[in-house]
Amino acid sequence: MTSVTYNWDFSFLWMYRWLLLKGLGFTMLYTIGSVVFGLLLGLLVGLLRLSKSWLVNFPLIAYIEAFRCTPLLVLIIWFYYAFPVLVGVDMPASVAGMLVLSLYTGAFYAEIFRGGVISIERGQWDAARAIGMRQVQVLRRVILPQAIKRMIPPFINQSIIQLKNTSLVSTIAVSDLLYQGQLITSATYRPLETYTTVAFIYFAILFPLTLGAQVVERRLQRSD
Amino acid sequence: MGVSTNATMIEVSDLWKAFGPLQVLKGISLEVPKGSAVAIIGPSGSGKSTLLRCINLLELPERGRVRVGDQAIDCAGGKLPGDRHLASFRARTGMVFQLFNLFPHMTALENVGAGPLFVKKMPPGQAREIARALLAKVGLADKANAYPSHLSGGQRQRVAIARALAMSPEVILFDEVTSALDPELVGEVLDVIRSLAEEGMTMVLVTHEMAFAHEVAKSVAFMSDGVIVENGPPAEVLVRPQNPRTQAFLARFHSFTRSFPGAGS
Repeated sequence: MTSVTYNWDFSFLWMYRWLLLKGLGFTMLYTIGSVVFGLLLGLLVGLLRLSKSWLVNFPLIAYIEAFRCTPLLVLIIWFYYAFPVLVGVDMPASVAGMLVLSLYTGAFYAEIFRGGVISIERGQWDAARAIGMRQVQVLRRVILPQAIKRMIPPFINQSIIQLKNTSLVSTIAVSDLLYQGQLITSATYRPLETYTTVAFIYFAILFPLTLGAQVVERRLQRSD
Repeated sequence: MGVSTNATMIEVSDLWKAFGPLQVLKGISLEVPKGSAVAIIGPSGSGKSTLLRCINLLELPERGRVRVGDQAIDCAGGKLPGDRHLASFRARTGMVFQLFNLFPHMTALENVGAGPLFVKKMPPGQAREIARALLAKVGLADKANAYPSHLSGGQRQRVAIARALAMSPEVILFDEVTSALDPELVGEVLDVIRSLAEEGMTMVLVTHEMAFAHEVAKSVAFMSDGVIVENGPPAEVLVRPQNPRTQAFLARFHSFTRSFPGAGS
């Protein structure tokens, strides 16, 4: 049988619909989980990076660059296979997956936060301090309300990329959408239909999100 | 200076400030009597703005003493005052900037009310009332709900003055507040400052408006290269400067100073 005469038949996948749905559920869980954890981490690291202290900055820069300059797939494998040996603690794949994804995206979010805050003119700090605001008040009342507007588009972009990134955890047998596709393929020997369907599900979620991000971005630009 | 009967509101003594290798202030001493205006003039880069920023501790001097009212800070090197201390010092020292620095995400009313609301922790209604009254005072009652981007430069600067006033400061520092304005908008801002001077607000003005300095300032200090070269009543410093550096600087403004009373010689 050659590809020219290949008989496409998606109907068998209906049998596996619950498996695919479960995989999609895990993909969303890992996306949302790592976005939330990454956001908290990124906020903390990004704000601490504003400190002038070298002692505070050095370990944070080391963390950010280690995660930004290493391929995510390598990080996942390292954290699953090497890290437990290093610290002598067994880590289930689900924990390792969530941990790496959160640390990874947190490094990017941290830079988005820092970039947003330092993009606000120095005069805003001056003016807020001059009326007697304390450091935290300046951030909360004056700097962040303006900076968050500038952070939203890169934040949405990074989160969309993050949804795609989650597919890499299938390599350590976390049962996400792609992993379920691999299971179905090995049971049915029909990779063409299965992986096409998996690809389509990712696309069907990401394409509307991307369009939505563009609308948000345009609206933010208009209100400047 | 013949003002010994007045209490001194601002007292700066032997102030030093460097940015990296650049020594910007070299032992500045200055006194501002309560209820009077002092103008600081001089070429750009002479340290005027830095001096002003040191008076409300936006910049921390490395050496010297700053007193505003009954609050004093000694900078003997090493130990810096904490965030809380600095904030409460600044809360009583108003400052208006060359580029206005209004908060763009707040309306004019919210800009003016920000200090009372967030720093003085007033109830929102009361903060709004104060803000409304101050906007009326600077002639902008009808712009309360406008965002800064919808205001002219002169209007923005008047909102900025109202914002400084909202903290009921003991002194106001004006840092070249008309330099970024179109010429036809300068007058409305100077009018507001003039009326504050008449009400007896203690103020320090870094300015290039020689005629205005001559009119409202009780004394004028000429700064050059980090030191106060000459200090005295405007009729002396602006009209009959003694120091050659002051003379050279003022020559550029000759068309103004010539018209001042007593400028016959």
